[in-house]
Amino acid sequence: MAFLELDKVWQRYGDHVVLEGVSLTLAEREFCVVVGASGAGKSTFLKLLLGTERPTRGRITMQGESISTGPDGRRGVVFQRYSVFPHLTVLDNVVLALDLRDCRWLARTFGTARRKARDAAREMLSAVGLSAAEDRYPEELSGGMQQRLAFAQALMAQPRLLLLDEPFGALDPGIRSDMHQLVRRLWQELGLTIVMVTHELKEGFALGTRLLVFRQGATRSACPRGLWCEGDLRFALEPQCLCCSTVGSAGEVRKRKEMTDG
Amino acid sequence: MAALINRKPGRGAGLFLGLLPFVLLMLVYVVASDLRLSANAADKLLPSFSQMGQAVQRFAFEPSVRTGEIQLWADTTASLERLGLAVAISALAGLVIGMVMGGLPLAGATLSPLVAGLSLIPPLAVLPVLFIIFGLGEVAKVMLIVIGITPVIARDIAQRVREIPRELIVKAQTLGAGTWQTFLRVILPLALPRLFSAVRLSLGGAWLFLIAAEAIAAESGLGYRIFLVRRYLAMDVILPYVAWITLLAALTDLLMARLSRRLFRWAELGQQG
Repeated sequence: MAFLELDKVWQRYGDHVVLEGVSLTLAEREFCVVVGASGAGKSTFLKLLLGTERPTRGRITMQGESISTGPDGRRGVVFQRYSVFPHLTVLDNVVLALDLRDCRWLARTFGTARRKARDAAREMLSAVGLSAAEDRYPEELSGGMQQRLAFAQALMAQPRLLLLDEPFGALDPGIRSDMHQLVRRLWQELGLTIVMVTHELKEGFALGTRLLVFRQGATRSACPRGLWCEGDLRFALEPQCLCCSTVGSAGEVRKRKEMTDG
Repeated sequence: MAALINRKPGRGAGLFLGLLPFVLLMLVYVVASDLRLSANAADKLLPSFSQMGQAVQRFAFEPSVRTGEIQLWADTTASLERLGLAVAISALAGLVIGMVMGGLPLAGATLSPLVAGLSLIPPLAVLPVLFIIFGLGEVAKVMLIVIGITPVIARDIAQRVREIPRELIVKAQTLGAGTWQTFLRVILPLALPRLFSAVRLSLGGAWLFLIAAEAIAAESGLGYRIFLVRRYLAMDVILPYVAWITLLAALTDLLMARLSRRLFRWAELGQQG
């Protein structure tokens, strides 16, 4: 059974079809990067995986369970903005996941459990390099530090799938490459499964083990190993399927479409 | 010479400009009062400051001949008890109703039109109803204030809750939070600073309703007193009472602003950034 499976997923808003019969499987520990121009459906794709939207048609399952019931603790997320809670200190932002897990009614831990939770949170903070800032509020942090905090907070809940929605979109280029290293490291050390949406094709090549290219109005087609990719000639770099190294082109997409339809 | 729109007062000049209108008003009053009193020493309309001082001495520092209490303190405690109780009830009710309205779309669909409708009823028009239902005692007065300010607070809180970025609510859920936990750890703390500002803004209305209710039916209270002595044209009592009420209102406002800044340091940071 595939870790994550999309089975003929359609998403339309009124007459506007955003996703058209997307089928896809994703293995555990994959780092899947979704690129494409604005309006190509990549944020819709992420919302479907997050569970904030339900597909018009089709099924999305993770380890055999449907995920279209709404966002929950199985999938963590880091957004471009508004990813951390402004009213909690850095440490409390990270402890929050444990507070929520351990106490259903008060959503807070006390005594020994609190000390343990704080220790675990401090460990996570040191993994993302934020140990020195634990008493500060997010507003007192730089953009890059806020995103580090968002990663630490999300990982504390031990999600099976981590979703990243343009997490570096608002950062300076220098900080962005630091963040790339951090995410790469966390992905390797913690054995995460990641789906990341970005509009930077280079970022996709640098980080991902798989690359999905979304293009508005184009038909998606499958590459020989089940990956679905397509060419978009507007990109400077030619999109490349990382699993079979096929370079996509408009002609090829059409050919594959015939293949899959046949 | 800099253009007028670019000229700003310095610290001292700012203080001076701020105090100037008060001093001018005071001067105008003193002159007008002097003119009237020199024309007719028994004039009651614009009492001199020394006349007001004597009145203050009488009702603020000497026990009343009739009841043995110091009248100003008795009135003040009676009024503040009503106001405090009513504002506390309104704040709590407004917070809960507002959070439910803004945070749960299903509940909001039912509650929002109702609260919007209720907030349009002029509270003073309902006062007779309250007197009929609750009698002339304390409950009717407290209820008037509660009815007057709760819808305003509730709608403000609901608005604040709707302004919370959707990302934060989703984020809480991905950390494992259910609806109750999201309310407790995200929506409530994010709404609290707004509760303070909503209560501060509605205090003006609360005082209005308090004084109106006391004027109509009460046996003590600041509003009761000024309406009582109106019969004797006792401006020497009314004016200090009005000043005292203003001072109380200003102090409450200042206190709440301070408290809010202390309790919600994070909210201040957000405003700067």
